[in-house]
Amino acid sequence: MTPRHIATGLVALAALTLLALVPRLVNPYHLALAISLLQYTVLATAWGLFSGPTRYVSLATTAFFGIGAYTVAVLGEVLPWPVVLLIAAALGMVIAALVGLSTLRLSGVHFVIFTFGLAELVRQLVVWFEVNKSRVLGRYVFVDITQSDIYWQLLLLAVATFALGWLIKRSRLGFALRIIGEDETVAAHCGINTTTAKVALFAISATIMTLAGAIMAPRWTYIEPSIAFNPMISFQVLIMALLGGTHRLWGPALGAIPLTLLFELLGARFPNTFTIIFGCIFLLIVYLLPRGVAGLLESLRIKLRGAPSRQVVA
Amino acid sequence: MTNAILTGLMLGGMYALTAMGLTLQYGVARIMNLSYGEFLIAAAFASHWLFTGWALSPFLGLALVIPVAFAVSFAVYKLLLTPLVRRARTRDALEVDSILATFGLAFIVQGSMLSLFGGAYYSYSYLAFPVHLLGETIAANRLAALAVTILLGAVLYLALTRTRAGTAVRAVAVDPSAAQLVAIDVARTSALTFALGGALVAAAGVLVSTFLTFSASSGVVFTMKALIIVVMGGIGNILGCVIAGLLLGVSEALVASFVDPGLTLAVNFALFLTVLLVKPAGLFGRATR
Repeated sequence: MTPRHIATGLVALAALTLLALVPRLVNPYHLALAISLLQYTVLATAWGLFSGPTRYVSLATTAFFGIGAYTVAVLGEVLPWPVVLLIAAALGMVIAALVGLSTLRLSGVHFVIFTFGLAELVRQLVVWFEVNKSRVLGRYVFVDITQSDIYWQLLLLAVATFALGWLIKRSRLGFALRIIGEDETVAAHCGINTTTAKVALFAISATIMTLAGAIMAPRWTYIEPSIAFNPMISFQVLIMALLGGTHRLWGPALGAIPLTLLFELLGARFPNTFTIIFGCIFLLIVYLLPRGVAGLLESLRIKLRGAPSRQVVA
Repeated sequence: MTNAILTGLMLGGMYALTAMGLTLQYGVARIMNLSYGEFLIAAAFASHWLFTGWALSPFLGLALVIPVAFAVSFAVYKLLLTPLVRRARTRDALEVDSILATFGLAFIVQGSMLSLFGGAYYSYSYLAFPVHLLGETIAANRLAALAVTILLGAVLYLALTRTRAGTAVRAVAVDPSAAQLVAIDVARTSALTFALGGALVAAAGVLVSTFLTFSASSGVVFTMKALIIVVMGGIGNILGCVIAGLLLGVSEALVASFVDPGLTLAVNFALFLTVLLVKPAGLFGRATR
């Protein structure tokens, strides 16, 4: 432990304490905004956790988010809150493992196609079940959870996500995934079981997304399949992670914060042309920032340090 | 039973047509076009506008919509996708980039249609009288659309297998770098094939609009079905595309009439996964890797 490590740790601790105090300090509107920021930070970071190293594009974020939300809608009144969260997490993990096992052995494009429709598929199945078996479409969420509780739980989830990401990077799994991302054939020849590694990471990432959905559910008093499985969530998370840069653990968060604020602003002010603006932002990021803000910062840092030292390194 | 199979075949013919353009775009130009369904809906709106505003029959409208769609798709490839083709170091990188770029494009096209036409459902009545076939009753517009589909598919198949240009297109699909060695202009062939795919999807949009209600946001469904069919049939394979489309249509119709209409998407995915797990290259695809 160098002094620098200790300093970083102290700053992080201070920042966390400050963040934890937010619900006591701000008005309800800003608390709602803070919740949105945390929600997208968690989702984008979880997305980057899997898609960053493997370079698989997943469009299934909202499928897991919705599964979490629906678990709360169904079980929220029946079981104690921690048990509901545990069940949601388990459900998300099992479904992700099934999806991963059947699609991650195939090429990346097949995975994109499958995840593209997964949220829609789950939505149709939930609608079918509700209409035919439980005979209700749409449920009320009555649980004793305040906005502040939601905020704190999300903050905890965010910290856990970052900690988990940090641990994975330093583990054998993280190393294996980096090789898979570079070249899957090479990875297979090194004796890495590429499928197991990918499925494991996909399941971890999906579990975090499911938990985020479960925690967010009490924010709506009424829930129905089209709200829980809103495809826009998948697209927004994808573009946030791209803006931030997925090759760093903290990258997606860099994209999540400005874009959440921007979407909040645009959605309120230009509801009719929001889709067009969203598409333009998407294209701009893909063309101008292929490695995201994190990649931009890194190349800036190399430039600032000067060319000579770089030549020595090279 | 006959009714279900007949409906399924009609539905499948439509699916096959909607997927044909995508199999060219993805198989030859290597562009995974996620804005595909949006272009289909745009053509449907164009046809609606020509029919209600100018009383132009959709089949004559095709003669107008197809060249415009060809030009627009060519421009999209040149302006939007060529930079990505140049930037991409590997085929996988191009796939990811094209997915993301066409995704952004999908939102722009969809948003434009939403602000032009709103979120309402549109339809118009054309050739809407019943025809008797094999003891069953079918709407004439569906039958006409199917006939045009078969015609387009046959022309495309013959053009690809019997002409010099078609041979060049197939060569690029199999191996772009080897095609270059035998003096095929790969960049030009890719651009033209992408544009041809765009023309086909526009044709599909016009035909679909004669018998289906559509809205500005229904493009995604078509993109998804087309993707599933393309992968199932073997990427870049017209014949596989037709058979996979028919297979999907028939199984959907059977499930809808005998099990539950709410489960059609589940059927799509079940078929998709089954085919991929058994034959990862698709029903008629050759394993290339």
